[in-house]
Amino acid sequence: MILLQVVVSGLLMGAVYALFSSGLTLIWGMMNVVNFAHGDFVMLAMYAAFYAFTLWHLGPAFFVPGAAALLFVLGVVVYLGLVRNVARGPMLAQILGTFGLALVLRYSAFWAFSANFVSLPENLVGGTIDISGIRIEASKLLGGAVALAITLGMHLVLTRTMLGSRVLAVAEDRNAAMLMGIRPDRMQALAWGVGAATTGIAGALIALFFYISPTVGESLSLIAFVVVCLGGFGSVPGALIAGLAIGVIQALSAYLIGAVYQDVLVYSLFLAVLWVRPQGLLGKL
Amino acid sequence: MNINRIATILGLLVIALWPLLVHDVFYQRVGALVLLAAISASAWNLIGGYGGQVSVGHVVYFGAGAYASLIVFTRWGWPPLAGAPIGVAVSLALAALVGTPTFRLRGHYFSMATIAAAELVRILASNWEVTGAAVGLMGPPVPRDIWDFSFTSPVPYHYLFLAVLLALLWLTWLMQRSRMGFYLAAIRGGDRAARSLGVPVLRYKLYALLLSAGFTSLAGTLYAVMVGFVDPESGLGILLSVKMVIIAALGGAGTLFGPLVGAVILVPLEEATNAIFGGGGTGITFIVYGAIILFVARFQPGGMAVIWRSLTARTQASRGKNRAA
Repeated sequence: MILLQVVVSGLLMGAVYALFSSGLTLIWGMMNVVNFAHGDFVMLAMYAAFYAFTLWHLGPAFFVPGAAALLFVLGVVVYLGLVRNVARGPMLAQILGTFGLALVLRYSAFWAFSANFVSLPENLVGGTIDISGIRIEASKLLGGAVALAITLGMHLVLTRTMLGSRVLAVAEDRNAAMLMGIRPDRMQALAWGVGAATTGIAGALIALFFYISPTVGESLSLIAFVVVCLGGFGSVPGALIAGLAIGVIQALSAYLIGAVYQDVLVYSLFLAVLWVRPQGLLGKL
Repeated sequence: MNINRIATILGLLVIALWPLLVHDVFYQRVGALVLLAAISASAWNLIGGYGGQVSVGHVVYFGAGAYASLIVFTRWGWPPLAGAPIGVAVSLALAALVGTPTFRLRGHYFSMATIAAAELVRILASNWEVTGAAVGLMGPPVPRDIWDFSFTSPVPYHYLFLAVLLALLWLTWLMQRSRMGFYLAAIRGGDRAARSLGVPVLRYKLYALLLSAGFTSLAGTLYAVMVGFVDPESGLGILLSVKMVIIAALGGAGTLFGPLVGAVILVPLEEATNAIFGGGGTGITFIVYGAIILFVARFQPGGMAVIWRSLTARTQASRGKNRAA
């Protein structure tokens, strides 16, 4: 029974991983640029949620959309101010650009919010739910369910709407899309906005049940890379499956081997997949 | 005489005489740290700059060198410098192990694989008693003999580091002019194009990585010999990898003196912020570091090397004009 509880808890965490990783996969598939600051975006959203609650007593119904809007703007600004330019430059510039951004965000957070761990009150979303013997915190259930719904929604928007088709057309072939009357620059800015907004929602959701610290983004970035590589670059359904899988693997290894080794297993798996199938388990290269 | 040669000779002269020019121990120590940072950044430059394969996991080799020297001391009481060959051997093995599979990956994938490998090693070292786990390892508390290379003055370190740096730069210069230099330039331009020209891409990437890993490991040993202490953060932290990349990129990745120039600019800056802000300065240092590479990437990916070239081109041109008039 405990094992089942661990798996469910892993799946819920995995749903949140899937959400912000699908944002990364969207950006990546779109323009073949990696956002090394992706995890730090999540960190910012966590602090946004924390301060929205502690300063103004706003609940999750307000701070989740609020963080999404905030990060959407940040994503668009980062695209217009930085990424659009470095994307045309050499590989080194592409990597250093967002890596520099990650350092600035991470250590500004140190300076602004101090290195101390903080967290939202545990009972912000009430108590624990008991489903036939499996006990789950309501906050985690809410976080997982919302993350799952939004990831699926994003997939539907991408595949079933005109706007989604435009975005995918630019990802497929920028020049051909331009000939079809689509403005690639706008679509890429939109992808960055939406990609960052997923970190906003995910960050605000994780904040409900996870500690918040300036460096939390470092490991979250790596998890997003792992999920995107496993799921295949640019594939939202791939990110969803891989995110859930990583959540379960982490939870199980923390429970069976020890919490210290949960990331060891995830990183080893990541390296193994990169070596054996660099195109990802589900993806095409 | 051309302006580049004058600048090089003057620069190297100042570096060689630095401990004699300043008498304050603080400034002498900064000088030694500049050279140490220049060694690891120049080592990174071999694969990251010349080869264009942006490794963000070079701290693995640095850590191997640092840990090897303090492990041979704590286990067998050897002088820490004796750990250098072991650190280099471990680094070469690691480089072959990590490099062979990951070199098939291009661009970002390679960078991410190197980060993951480095973080993996850091977590493992933080939980292994041979590496001192989270506490780390100490060097000799008092020097037993000259072979411990433990001095209170930074000056002997300055000249040890200078010797290693000059050897590394000389090797880099030889490589740059050899077949390997041209192969790496082709690889930097693009894997596929290089392969179509008949460049054995994987083999030369691996050669560059081995050379780079060996010298990075040496830098780690030198660090451990000077500081006499290593723990997972100071020996294997991701920020060390990042520092190597930033220093090389600011000075000019893929140029001979770029990493040295980057170190001359950034290391004193870091020491100054640490001195001004105390322990809290580390955070501010990395905000500054992050902002610098962000701006380098955004506005001048070639680093100081390109700025220098355009400046000297202008003075050269104006001199030419004067002569004509």
